[in-house]
Amino acid sequence: MQNESEVPSNKPEIVVNGAVIRFAGDSGDGVQLTGQRFTSAVALAGNDVATLPDFPSEIRAPAGTLYGVSGYQLQFASKDVFTPGDSLDVLVALNAAALQTNLSDLKPGGLLVVDSGALGAAQLKKAGYATNPLEDGSLSGYQVAAIDISTLTRKAVTPVGLSTKEAGRCKNFWTLGLIFSIYDRSLDTTLSFIAEQFKKKPQFAEGNSIALKAGYAFGTASELFHQRYRIAAAPRNPGLYRNIDGNTALSYGLIAGSVCAGRHLVLGAYPITPASAILQELSKHRHLGVTAIQAEDEIAAACLALGAAYAGAVGICCTSGPGMALKTEAIGLAVATELPMVIVDVQRAGPSTGLPTKPEQSDLYLAVHGRNGEAPVCVLAPATPAECFTVAYDAVRIAIRHMTPVIILSDAYLAHGAEPWLVPDVDQLPKFEQTALPPTELFTPMLRNDVTLARPWASPGTPGYEHRIGGLEKDYDTGQISVDPLNHERMVRTRAEKVARIADDMPECRIEVGASQGKLLVIGWGSTYGSIREAVAQLHAKGVSVGHLHLRGLCPFPRGLEAVMSAFGKILVAELNSGQLAQLLRAKFCLDIKSFTKIQGKPIRTDELMDRILKESEDYS
Amino acid sequence: MTMVVETARLTQKDFASSDDVRWCPGCGDYGILSSVLKVLPELEIPKENFVWVSGIGCSSRFPYYVDTYGFHSIHGRAPAVALGVKAANPKLSVWLVTGDGDGLSIGGNHLMHCFRRNLDVKVLLFNNRIYGLTKGQYSPTSELGKQTHSSPFGSADRPVDPIRFALGCGATFVARSYDTAGAHLVDVLRRAARHRGTAFVEILQNCHVFNDAAFEQITNKASASANQLRLENGKPLVYGEAKDKGLALDPATLSLAKVENVGSNGSSKSLMVHDESSPILAQFLASLSFPEYPVPLGVLYANSLPTYEDQLHHLDIQAKETARGGLQALLKSGQVWQVPAA
Repeated sequence: MQNESEVPSNKPEIVVNGAVIRFAGDSGDGVQLTGQRFTSAVALAGNDVATLPDFPSEIRAPAGTLYGVSGYQLQFASKDVFTPGDSLDVLVALNAAALQTNLSDLKPGGLLVVDSGALGAAQLKKAGYATNPLEDGSLSGYQVAAIDISTLTRKAVTPVGLSTKEAGRCKNFWTLGLIFSIYDRSLDTTLSFIAEQFKKKPQFAEGNSIALKAGYAFGTASELFHQRYRIAAAPRNPGLYRNIDGNTALSYGLIAGSVCAGRHLVLGAYPITPASAILQELSKHRHLGVTAIQAEDEIAAACLALGAAYAGAVGICCTSGPGMALKTEAIGLAVATELPMVIVDVQRAGPSTGLPTKPEQSDLYLAVHGRNGEAPVCVLAPATPAECFTVAYDAVRIAIRHMTPVIILSDAYLAHGAEPWLVPDVDQLPKFEQTALPPTELFTPMLRNDVTLARPWASPGTPGYEHRIGGLEKDYDTGQISVDPLNHERMVRTRAEKVARIADDMPECRIEVGASQGKLLVIGWGSTYGSIREAVAQLHAKGVSVGHLHLRGLCPFPRGLEAVMSAFGKILVAELNSGQLAQLLRAKFCLDIKSFTKIQGKPIRTDELMDRILKESEDYS
Repeated sequence: MTMVVETARLTQKDFASSDDVRWCPGCGDYGILSSVLKVLPELEIPKENFVWVSGIGCSSRFPYYVDTYGFHSIHGRAPAVALGVKAANPKLSVWLVTGDGDGLSIGGNHLMHCFRRNLDVKVLLFNNRIYGLTKGQYSPTSELGKQTHSSPFGSADRPVDPIRFALGCGATFVARSYDTAGAHLVDVLRRAARHRGTAFVEILQNCHVFNDAAFEQITNKASASANQLRLENGKPLVYGEAKDKGLALDPATLSLAKVENVGSNGSSKSLMVHDESSPILAQFLASLSFPEYPVPLGVLYANSLPTYEDQLHHLDIQAKETARGGLQALLKSGQVWQVPAA
């Protein structure tokens, strides 16, 4: 259905495979919402899409500052996309600071849409410009559309009766309308979103709708844009789809796990960026047996999750690096008491407070080794936002089947990044095996399952299984406290073996894309999936002997890893830290492993990894 | 699912575990254990529905000696563990054992939040005014200037008062007794057990190895009656061997003042009458400083307020009213689109 403002355009239409767009502006400009709405619209139209929201940790930094710039990048295409893209086809800069900080990512000849109404002398000065870039020739390498968006928005929405300040806040929707016109998109879903979102504030609903339509009309009529672009739908498996970001997918996976286990989910969490959205999401679903408790601190959050696990619920906590550090003792207690618990670490750049909103994969050592004593746990990492669902579901399944804490390493990029998701059929989710309790006369708290070595999960309220458990070492047979030296060693080795056997319960590792044997194997984990896949696929298509392996299991490593690695002459691990997985692999397999690292609070770019892959391949030959 | 099994009346023996009790011979903890074991069978709660949760310290070994479910957790965190236990299964009768270090130093934060939430758990704080299991360092209840292994020149820390802390945090039941008090301790524990909400009991406990006789003047038979103010709801505040001393409200200083020769059992009308439901009176009582005043024992404060579990139940009702279907409905919520089969 065509909206009335979507007048037929007589501009020529050019078919392209895809585009990379970034919206950038002040952190109060509504840039994130703009990006989300654009993502939703293109996904609904059948494109594949990958996103990269990038925002400061200040809620509303002082207007016009360089550090207050918020950005939302997305790549959408008529084929599968795995990354939000390296360089931009379109940059939308809503103020001078956004122009200053983002221009270098725009492709030569790319389209720059800039709000000329936000390039006043004071704003330019604050953004570090000595002269107006629209006038000094510095933008000559780009296709520049300088539009006084601020003024045009105000004029368009004035009849609604919004104040000047309120009218100015509609400019994100004006801009969205403009970009919709360039990419020939219907306004319908956005208009219904606005109606729903602002239903309690009809003036804002009307203002934003008018702004959206006005931007669209401007784009259609303006001579600044010579053509429209058409990006066809991507081929997809049939089924029901929706967009999902990593934090939501992770929350859903945890709920699905507890529902399928037939147990309550008890979440303990303390608000922390970028994990708070999981606490907020889980808080909504009490009718599905979810109790989400905002604890007094990170330690209490972990302890209450563990207490809930002891009492028979699925105990969950979600946090980020600093909170993870505080939870280490409680996770050690979960190891000692062998209770099922899932700890989600949505990693951000550290150390300490670090870069709270930026992604990094630097908690790997902490997850694998960061506890006192010999305290192995299972560590899993999703590779994409949608995969957060399956990994979270699997974490619950493994925790219960193997009676162990499981750590999920997500990160800020996965948390906020979104992609289309084939909604799973609940009846098709893998079923859980939950070991029945032994007869009471045979019961001890440490009576282990022969296959998994898991101990029985006897919860308070169950008659005949009363027992005491805690952080003190336990006798292998009776489960009572024991200080016997040989017993301690046996228990340490048994707990380690129990975690090692989880590998039997995970898929064997396999090559994602590219060669399955040859010169170079690139290994990654977590959110770097898209960049590595894209880099390897492109070079492999050009004849480079390179393959991509992506690890979901970081402790234990999946079965078959050594065989896959041995089929290549050289191994390169790409990760967003100083080489933590590379180090773990070297230690485990005594191999000469190369490391590609990046620690800038930003994802790996496909092109920078391709350069390195080429270099490693050349060195090899 | 909890099975309710009709069982023969339980006895003390049913609750004593087979574990060797590993406290030092002569420790005050033995007296507390014995009083607890007297109370538990009276409560007519099936054994499997009891959970004893503790942190770290001498007192925190307690769960091993009670034959119910028990969780010996980490230092200071028992209230947080208990919160999780109750969130998972509100029907359980959960008892916390903590000490002055565990509960008021490393775990002070969790105890505070336990009180303000009014989680339906019983908190027994064994106060011996010393770190015992780590061998004799000063604790948050040690007196100013206390010389210990970690304060050879005397501690520079002012002590915290457990009762005032609990009242300040909004605890709905606050009581005090001591390790060798026998029937008094049993009575207080019984009252605590029957309170809905967080029931806090400070139990003065003698560590004869590292802080012997810390409460000697209060607990020894010779001076007990002069130094103990045994509280009874609705009765005047009297103490002394002949119950001839009492406390009256002094409006001039807004405090409790001593009254001598009040006649038998405090018949004098001017005496303050104990009212457990009065938070103000509880504060007055908690503020009495020993040895100038006697130490109040018994229930200082008891008030009925909705528990944390009541609030969760309320949320359940709300959630059911606004529920939008099951798991499948959740997964396909939001804007969805169908890709048809080719």
